Amino acid sequence: MSLLALSNVSVRYGRLTAVRGVSFTLAEGEVLFVTGPNGAGKSSLLRAIAGVTPPAGGRIDFADHDITGRAPEDIARLGFSMVPEGREVFGSLTIEENLLVGTGMHASTRGWRARAASELEAVYATFPVLKERRHSQAGLLSGGQQQMLVIGRALMTTPRLVAIDEPSLGLAPNVTDQVYERLIALRAERRLTLLIVEQSSTRAMMVGGRMMLMRGGEIVLDGDARALGQSEAMHAAYFGYGEH
Amino acid sequence: MQVVFDALSLGSLYALGALGIALIFGVMRLVNFAHGDVIAFCVFALLWPSVDAVAIVFAGNLPWFLLIPFTLAVGAGLSVLSEALVFRRFRRANPATMMIASFALGFVIRYFLLMLFSSRPKSISLLPGLSQPVEILGARIPLLQVITILVTLAVLVGLTAFLRRTRFGLEMRAAAENFTMARMLGVRANRVIMGAFALSGALAGAIALILGSQTGTANIMMGASVMLMAFIATVIGGMGSLAGAVIAGFALGAVATVMQVVLPPDARAFRDAFVYGAVILVLIFRPQGLLAARGTKERV
Repeated sequence: MSLLALSNVSVRYGRLTAVRGVSFTLAEGEVLFVTGPNGAGKSSLLRAIAGVTPPAGGRIDFADHDITGRAPEDIARLGFSMVPEGREVFGSLTIEENLLVGTGMHASTRGWRARAASELEAVYATFPVLKERRHSQAGLLSGGQQQMLVIGRALMTTPRLVAIDEPSLGLAPNVTDQVYERLIALRAERRLTLLIVEQSSTRAMMVGGRMMLMRGGEIVLDGDARALGQSEAMHAAYFGYGEH
Repeated sequence: MQVVFDALSLGSLYALGALGIALIFGVMRLVNFAHGDVIAFCVFALLWPSVDAVAIVFAGNLPWFLLIPFTLAVGAGLSVLSEALVFRRFRRANPATMMIASFALGFVIRYFLLMLFSSRPKSISLLPGLSQPVEILGARIPLLQVITILVTLAVLVGLTAFLRRTRFGLEMRAAAENFTMARMLGVRANRVIMGAFALSGALAGAIALILGSQTGTANIMMGASVMLMAFIATVIGGMGSLAGAVIAGFALGAVATVMQVVLPPDARAFRDAFVYGAVILVLIFRPQGLLAARGTKERV
């Protein structure tokens, strides 16, 4: 049984079509990289699944629910946690407050703090730097620390699937390495399903798993990341040689 | 001493009004011009509908411990109702459209009151025990002024505690900064917006009680003048910044009161012109407001 299933999903902004009839399924525990050049529709695809930009056509199922056109908060409550592009920390809130925002949805008001406390400890164990600075404003963190904060924040909702849009954007390569190291450890620990959007395929090849290549709003390749990454077809498709 | 209390109590009114506007602007980028009419509605909710000059006080005769919650509930109720019936339809509209909708709603409320009560101001006596003066540091201050200031301080402390300590407060602050992100973390949009409207409406109720007992009249235009100053206070404070709204509210009260004293008698009639002049000066030098709000991101 797949955790996430898209069939024939399209996304439009006015007259511009960003995603054209995309279909794929993602099984529980799988790691899927969505790569492709700028403007391929990768972020639009994520935003459609998260409910931020409702799809113009098609159907999306997540965790045995039809989530097509549902509100973002309803989709989040089913266990889909999104880390959007540009990280989007709540800059005026403290680090701890950022982490706590997403914990309200599973607990009653009464049990909230106790439940959040154990989740907090788990996230602080993964990202010790967040614990050190727990009471400072999130806006003051460096880019890498903010990336860890938003991943931690996504984990606080105890999700089944975490979707991350360009985790390496604006980060130094060694910081990106750290972020990925933690992600992979987390996946093993929590049996997370990961959906990661990256512009380049190099990360996908390093981490392994499944990779899809998007171009012009469509999926042009889908397969094992390492095998695909080395193939001629990948380069041809990425840069669009021989398509016309 | 008298001047200080005048300034503080006038500033309290403006600060409460500005908070009511800033709360809603924070979560949905709506400048709610109906806020003043909600204030007027709260005052009239204490009266029995009639067009006579003498008000037939109805709910206004309740003892204070019932009167206060009643008025706050009327404000919160009307405000939440206006969200559910009107503003929810405009959630994805641009801010100008929403602002015009709020003007329209304000007129609907105002003419509804006009129909029931006529436009003639009515004299009422709310909480009459509060008009006696008390002596503080050699100055005779009306008890009501002291209470106004204390109530405002209590509201500010309470609101701060609510926003900092409770889960709902945390969700509201997160939503005010980045609504879409908060929703992606499971924060329910409707609940947060409703909560902001309820708080804002209760603040309008508080203003209604203070204004009603201060002026001793009920007038369908009574919310409008406070609303205008409160709106200016939110602009000076930096749209959406709650702390800025409060500070600017008190500052406006202080400027208005001080001008009343220091301006030559001939110019006093034009006091408001000088106040607005000061506002223009502030905006020239700090167009983003005193405390610029951080998350002026897109809603929904």
